Amino acid sequence: MFDMAGIAVEIGQALLSLALAPALVGLIRWLKARMQNRRGAPIWQPYAELRKLFRKDMVVSRQASWIFHLAPFVIFGSTIVVSLLVPVLVTPLPFNAVADLFAVVYLLLLGTAFLALAGLDTGSAFGGMGSSREMTIAAISEPAIALAILSLALAAGSTNLGEIAARTIARPSSALSPGHVMAFVALFIVMLAETGRLPVDNPATHLELTMIHEAMILEYSGPYLALVEWASWLKLFVFATLAGNLFVPWGLATSLAPAALAIAFASTLVKLVIIAAGVAVLETRVAKLRLFRVPELLAVSFVLGLLAVASSFSVR
Amino acid sequence: MKLFTKILQIGLATEDLAGEVRRQADRRFGRAVAIRQVDAGSCNGCEIEISGLSSPVYDLERFGLHFVASPRHADLLLVTGPVTLNMRTPLRRTWEATPDPKLVVAIGDCAHDCGVFAGSYAVAGRVQDVIPVDAVVTGCPPAPADILRGILAALGRNGESGR
Amino acid sequence: MSATSLDPLFWAMCGGFAIAASGALAPAPRVARAVTAIGSVAGAAAGLWLACLVLAGAGTVSIVMPSVLAAAGGLSFHLDRLGAVFLAVIGGVTIPVAIYGFGYTGGYGSRYSMRWMSLQTGVFLLSMSLVVAASNVLTFLLAWELMAVTSWLLVITEHDRPDAVRGGLWYLAMTHMGLLALLAAFFLLGGDQTGAWPFEALRDGAANLPPGTRNAIFLLALLGFGSKAGLVPVHVWLPRAHPAAPSHVSALMSAVMVKLGIYGLLRVALDLLGGGPAWWGVLLVAAGAVTALTGVLYALVDDDLKRLLAYSTVENVGLIVLGTGAGFLFLSLAQPTAAALAFAAALLHVVNHAAFKGVLFLGAGAVLHATGERDINRLGGLIKRTPWTAAAFLVGALSIAALPPFNGFVSEWLLFQSFLPGVASSRASVAVLLTLGVGALALTGGLAAATFVKAFGISFLAMPRSPEAANAHEAGWAMRAGMVMLALACPALAILTVPVLSAIGGALGGVGGLPAASTTFRLGVILETPHALARMSPVIIMAVLAAAGIGVWMAMRLVSRGSRRIDDTWGCGRIGQTSRMEYTSTAFAEPLRRIFGELYRPTDDLTVTEQPGSPYHIQAISYRTQLHPWFERGIYDPLVRATQTAASRVRALQSGSINAYLAYIVLVLVVLLGMVIGF
Repeated sequence: MFDMAGIAVEIGQALLSLALAPALVGLIRWLKARMQNRRGAPIWQPYAELRKLFRKDMVVSRQASWIFHLAPFVIFGSTIVVSLLVPVLVTPLPFNAVADLFAVVYLLLLGTAFLALAGLDTGSAFGGMGSSREMTIAAISEPAIALAILSLALAAGSTNLGEIAARTIARPSSALSPGHVMAFVALFIVMLAETGRLPVDNPATHLELTMIHEAMILEYSGPYLALVEWASWLKLFVFATLAGNLFVPWGLATSLAPAALAIAFASTLVKLVIIAAGVAVLETRVAKLRLFRVPELLAVSFVLGLLAVASSFSVR
Repeated sequence: MKLFTKILQIGLATEDLAGEVRRQADRRFGRAVAIRQVDAGSCNGCEIEISGLSSPVYDLERFGLHFVASPRHADLLLVTGPVTLNMRTPLRRTWEATPDPKLVVAIGDCAHDCGVFAGSYAVAGRVQDVIPVDAVVTGCPPAPADILRGILAALGRNGESGR
Repeated sequence: MSATSLDPLFWAMCGGFAIAASGALAPAPRVARAVTAIGSVAGAAAGLWLACLVLAGAGTVSIVMPSVLAAAGGLSFHLDRLGAVFLAVIGGVTIPVAIYGFGYTGGYGSRYSMRWMSLQTGVFLLSMSLVVAASNVLTFLLAWELMAVTSWLLVITEHDRPDAVRGGLWYLAMTHMGLLALLAAFFLLGGDQTGAWPFEALRDGAANLPPGTRNAIFLLALLGFGSKAGLVPVHVWLPRAHPAAPSHVSALMSAVMVKLGIYGLLRVALDLLGGGPAWWGVLLVAAGAVTALTGVLYALVDDDLKRLLAYSTVENVGLIVLGTGAGFLFLSLAQPTAAALAFAAALLHVVNHAAFKGVLFLGAGAVLHATGERDINRLGGLIKRTPWTAAAFLVGALSIAALPPFNGFVSEWLLFQSFLPGVASSRASVAVLLTLGVGALALTGGLAAATFVKAFGISFLAMPRSPEAANAHEAGWAMRAGMVMLALACPALAILTVPVLSAIGGALGGVGGLPAASTTFRLGVILETPHALARMSPVIIMAVLAAAGIGVWMAMRLVSRGSRRIDDTWGCGRIGQTSRMEYTSTAFAEPLRRIFGELYRPTDDLTVTEQPGSPYHIQAISYRTQLHPWFERGIYDPLVRATQTAASRVRALQSGSINAYLAYIVLVLVVLLGMVIGF
């Protein structure tokens, strides 16, 4: 597992995820613009933003401590580690035995916790508000995501991502089973909550009182801001890849043959484009929920997960 | 579904200012400019015109410009209004909170020379008396297209004193 | 497995604690404190070494003293591997806590008696070690009661504070209620046996007990040990007593003493009774889930740093009982491998929780020592004034929030995995129960993360909210050393998960019919659960995280070209920033408080004072909200009232009249003579 080929696959996958994540977000923004009858920025606009931010100066608050400086690296590092575990092109991954879905969820929670700490660090009321709301949503989305993972794990007999993907490939009919579909919807709702998309959080808002994720990063500038933004795009990419490649795993390469990899790349792109379109349409169609209506949405996700687990039980 | 039918019926609404923009919008910031708008005491006429910039008709996002909430994220400050006494310090602090390199564009006659409020007891001075200004767009209020050209003109300046 | 006798090491441990207690004879407070620290460290080191040897199978401890208390059957000690796990926890936590305690009690010498505290500490540590080594009922109960009394005395050390005395009273009452339940349980277990009721005899005899008796023993043991551990609803002493005790004592109590409740439960229900019907497991899972959620919900909204940590202990005990319950459930369903995994997960959480709760309480003590404040809303900015405390507290907070790569994550992961075989079970009721258990586990984990982001973020970050916090000074070398040792233990335990888990697996092997460790789960660098249901490697995750973080930092140094400037926090251009503009602890928890409002049932009091003469002009608005655990009112207020009523009735006997008292004496004498003559 830890031979040169394995390490190369993992590093290649991390670089690919980093490279594609801004394009995914750019695509969502472009689709939303077109649905607002505008031209919108081109799909590679996020890359330009990153390039600009890395060359800018930084302004750091007088109140900030080393947590403020450490947080972007923890957030970015933990999201990269997650991108090493999610099957993008190849399954099973060399790191399949290192971490399973629960580890992925908690690694993302590590990034969220540090972002919340960074929001509190500068002593700004906006940051505190963002941190409080972010931890609230993270806390109540945990049971929903745990049950979605559980329903997947029951079908596959393991919580490791490689086994889950392999199980769905081996039994194509299970992809349309009600439990599978409900688990997908549950995971989709959690993805919207965790990555700060509508209807939970508006990523394009300018009103601080409506911000959740944006409020915590108001103090970041320059390269730190680039890291934090890129990490949040990578988080969306990881969730979208999970939703696509765990629930519809056909196309994933099981070997390192160039032909298989090319097919895998194309199929992953197709799945990502479909999910991006879904997110864009949803963001255009629905309005942002009041903060205290979000637990109801996540409760729906929890119940769907519970039903998914129950249905996989009754099928046996 | 009615929403999507309507979207398809209306189609693309954006006016075409493409030509000169493509050439100019690439200089110092490489096609990604974050704009923070500061109201230093204006009557909001300029604000309404600026908000027209994000409408489908003018759509400044297609040029890589977008509005941000925090000056820490901004590259360009868009200042309107004669600087009132109460807004002098906040304007100065907003400018200090913005990381370098940064530009300032003053919008409207009030920002240029206090407009109709010149000499008022509540006005501290022009924008360029408080913070350095890179470009000025006159008008009361200036049309969105002129504002856009002003922003792009400020962006297009090569190596001149814009700090 | 050699049968070397490790008795000398056992005596060395007792000797060390006796030296600690001998500080009572010291000439000066400073000497007493030093003697206590040195004795405790020596005794704890001996105990830790002894436990490791026993776990490695390098020997046993077997001491019988029939001459002591011969009339009741004599004392006997036998340290088996299950007890050795808990002895290792005792020893491992005591060493840093004792060093810390030497520094922490520095300010006590003038106000409270250090000699008295020396005696209490020494005997407390000794009694805890004897509890896990006891092998007959007399020894166990004696050590148990000694532990309860000495810990009560330690809780009320700061006797000039009313909340300490009240907390001590609650603790004393509840621990003795638990003792009554334990006495009843052991009497039922011993039945008609003679002698001292050694545990082997009880184990053999338990198989012949009727099911009704076994169920009664289980329930009584659950009540007694559960109240020590902190199960809802008998946990109420925990949030009152732990915050009131001196911080190093709180650390010992939270990290170690409540685990002895778990030890007792495992010893009686698993070892002696050998498991039972399925409803035992169901009850434990339900109790564990309710305890975990109650604990974390009340920790979330608490503004008192130490009471927050106490409620968090309740939460973690709930998680441990959740795992234990799953174990009993699997055992009753004839799935011994799954049961072993669940028990192992629970015991791993016992060990891990001791480490991070210890460092959290020590950190809270350092904050209290530095600022004199326990109210989070009056702290802030401590990360710059007390960097060592802040770093140690951060490690503890990240660990308890179950964030990788620390040890809390590993035991939470293992708890999740131990539930999976149950969810896949063929019995619908089991599957539903354990699915809800997974949901409760996940919700608890998320809420714990929110709680500790609040606890660390508001206490240590941003600007100080009070002059006391602004003038905080860092702790002395002893306190820092203790905190750093426990803080380093957290990632160390994550790296050493494999040896620790194999020791735990060995300890569980053979107990109550559980299989031996090697068939339970494979351990290498990668943790693998039975039948390869799941695999995870804490070590590799830690290494990859570190590599990713460092790699990103190096890449950023290469790519970014800008410079750095310091400016005020952005506040929309306003002039100046004060601590009034920061988020408070109450505000941070407010969204979750609103979401769970039905569970909390806060009492809100809103008073609007109008201007005299005009109802439309408001003079003042006062808002007060209180969050008191409402179920305590329902359960304990009637109990307390009934006790007080009964006590006042009995007090009528104490009329103060000598004639009445003489009449009582004659009456009782006549009754006793009658009883003696009658037999």
